[in-house]
Amino acid sequence: MTTDLITRLEKIVGPRFVSGAAEERYLYSMDQGTMPPSEPDVVVMPANTEEVQQVVRLANELKVPIVPMGAGLVLSGLTRALRGGIILDMKRMNHIIEVNPQSRYAVIEGGAAQGMLKSYLKKHHPQLKHSMPDAPPIATLAGNICIHGSGHLSVLGGSHSDMLTGMEVVLPSGEIVRTGSCSVAGEWFGRSPLPDLSGLFLGWSGTTGIVTKLGIKLFPSYKHNDVLVFVAEDADQMPDMISKLTSTQVAEDMTPWMTPKPDWAKGFLHINIAYGAHTKKELTFKRNLLQASVKKYIDDKVAGFLPLPAPQKGRFLQIPSPDLVRFADLRKGGGFEYVGAIMAIEHFPQAYRAGLEIAEKYNVSYSLGARIIGAGHSMMFFFAYAFNRADAEDVKRASDALEATNTAALAMGGIPWKAEQPAQQQIIDQMDPETFALMGRIRSVLDPNGIMNPGNWEK
Amino acid sequence: MEHEDILHRCFRCGYCKLPGNYVDINCPAYLSFRFETYSPGGRMWLLRAWLDEKIPASKRFAEIMFSCATCGNCVEHCAFPEFRDRLLLAFTAGKEALLDAGQAPPAVRDYLTKVQLHGNPYGKSVKKSSQWMDGLEAEPFSDQEYLFFADDVGTYDPRGQEVARSVATLLKQAGISFGVITEALNSDGNDVKAIGETPLFEELAAKNIKILNQFNVKKIITLSPHSFNALKNDYPALGAQYQVFHYTQVLAFAMGNINFSSDNEDVTVAYHDPCYLGRHNTDYESARMMLRSVPGITLVEMDRNRKNALCCGGGGGNFFTDILSGGDGSSARVRVREAVEAGAQILAAACPMCAVMLEDAVKAENLDSKIQVQEVSEIVNQRL
Repeated sequence: MTTDLITRLEKIVGPRFVSGAAEERYLYSMDQGTMPPSEPDVVVMPANTEEVQQVVRLANELKVPIVPMGAGLVLSGLTRALRGGIILDMKRMNHIIEVNPQSRYAVIEGGAAQGMLKSYLKKHHPQLKHSMPDAPPIATLAGNICIHGSGHLSVLGGSHSDMLTGMEVVLPSGEIVRTGSCSVAGEWFGRSPLPDLSGLFLGWSGTTGIVTKLGIKLFPSYKHNDVLVFVAEDADQMPDMISKLTSTQVAEDMTPWMTPKPDWAKGFLHINIAYGAHTKKELTFKRNLLQASVKKYIDDKVAGFLPLPAPQKGRFLQIPSPDLVRFADLRKGGGFEYVGAIMAIEHFPQAYRAGLEIAEKYNVSYSLGARIIGAGHSMMFFFAYAFNRADAEDVKRASDALEATNTAALAMGGIPWKAEQPAQQQIIDQMDPETFALMGRIRSVLDPNGIMNPGNWEK
Repeated sequence: MEHEDILHRCFRCGYCKLPGNYVDINCPAYLSFRFETYSPGGRMWLLRAWLDEKIPASKRFAEIMFSCATCGNCVEHCAFPEFRDRLLLAFTAGKEALLDAGQAPPAVRDYLTKVQLHGNPYGKSVKKSSQWMDGLEAEPFSDQEYLFFADDVGTYDPRGQEVARSVATLLKQAGISFGVITEALNSDGNDVKAIGETPLFEELAAKNIKILNQFNVKKIITLSPHSFNALKNDYPALGAQYQVFHYTQVLAFAMGNINFSSDNEDVTVAYHDPCYLGRHNTDYESARMMLRSVPGITLVEMDRNRKNALCCGGGGGNFFTDILSGGDGSSARVRVREAVEAGAQILAAACPMCAVMLEDAVKAENLDSKIQVQEVSEIVNQRL
């Protein structure tokens, strides 16, 4: 079976880009997080939509599972082949197809990396930028959008799936469909006013189709950029502070963070507020608005803006920041995973305290923080735990802490983001049964053979 | 295995795959094969898995390990300070462990056998080691200021010989006092060391040092950045005490001695940074200084330049073993396309291996009518 599969895959994409070797099966069986390995039978790398389509048709014919993968950086094990089969590595499809500077969107292939689009825009359209997550620059845009990621323009533009303007998708049954304006007009400017079929592929963890192209919104790139750091001590005041800061509608990004290291940061709650402007005068105006919004707290001497030396400011403005990846080396062991719970802003104090309690209970190295999404409409509160991959006990501690965090997040009204398989079960248990039933009906219509990333979002 | 204590610390974040400006994939093996296994992080995890007996020492595993071109892009761009300094050392140790286990690819074995038997990877007799000087009137080394070291590519490869003659000619034009040794100098051993055969490297180096010391050599000009790296950074630990320069470093400050013709056509040149001069030894300027001093040359930069340069794919022994070859994703082919996109008519190389790799790539890409690969001294010599 596997030999036949490999032979036929080689005919589709060429022998150089198919492997059933032990090396690929091993490496693609896991990601950097704590989920246990699960091996694929074969890894394949298509070069275009038509090749993806042929691979999907073959998988249907042979009833072989198929798992789409971008950069494999999700950390929660969503690209593991839970029931074997094919891992479809999308990274050969990494082209930037089009940039429309007037309507401010880009059309890219499903394997295009965040860093490559950033670089492309800087060279060809320096007046434009896209919202980058804190993931490393090799992370794919499609992967991040499909998991409802967020990034450096999320206060301005919402979650990254909100910035999606359309998709080309190979359905589990092999048809190629388009969603959004590109399905009618040729341009990729948006998803309205049509029935929003893009939702069929967002948040489904690769169980409903393979995204081969997508359109994303671009935003003005400012000549002048700045970051303020607001520091407080009382978590209970954070929701109101965030609400006041977002009410100014001038920030591009707002990221609270609370870490025990460096020493000067321990015990304090920081909010990084990034904003930009075309002129210095405009930048000053925006800064004044932000500072005025929280003047009450400054006057009461319970919070204030941190004076930032230039090098520190530069590091905070670096997008993406390698400092975040370096958290993985905290235990000198190359591992970290986090629960990112999407929740309402008012749960901030509860989430913060739960994070501290869990870190203490499980004795794990932690970092807590959040990214504000929209004008304070919600937040992705993250509880990150570093571990040493070479130390099984340390991995277990982190895994237990993550599970406890998922439980706590759900209990306070949050929803684990890009949930690993066990967390999906926890969400399903708490989900309206009719909603889950509808998910099942949709999947059975789209994927009658059950080949798409099986084992996810199942009871 | 040496450095195995760091293998599990790699997070596989992927910064190592890209240049600092994220333009495109910048790891030659990953660019060519695209599987995660061929990325630096993939190698780290696979090495750990092999040592833990989770994967066997297969032909593919050996290909993955020996496809590393040791270009140093991963070291340059890894997000983890200090840890990154040991990346290439860990890969070399992994290759050494595979060699010890008898698992090297046949091409690697053949390469090492030739070097072991003949002192060079061409399997040529040392009697032919002075052929490259034909028609050059180079003086035997006696009491000149510098020894000119042509290494095996400059000594035995037909194209390398042209480059060696060109550099020697320009050194003479610039009034540099140098001589050559026609004795049986061995390969510098840089790529032998990078491939993981440290004992053979030490043997080669010891023989070379003995001869160099017999001639009382104090200052050396190398043709190849690979030789420059070995003689400058690795030979001192074996007792060598020489001042070592790549030829561009000597000529950059001697260009004022050169008279150029007044009727040269204007030409646009892009300079390809060789990894062992650039990333490994942080000299990004000498060759550019030379080129800027030539009338009629407009120097343009490719998107990936200096510490972000894309390797030609010839390092780590791949020039001889050819494990990276094949496909339009090979880094040399990507590189020449990048040079054309940058508007260059000439792609300048300062390494004989790069020159050969890039020339082959121009042919494979059918770009002969758009761009020409020339070594830096050839560009200068043509305008005298």
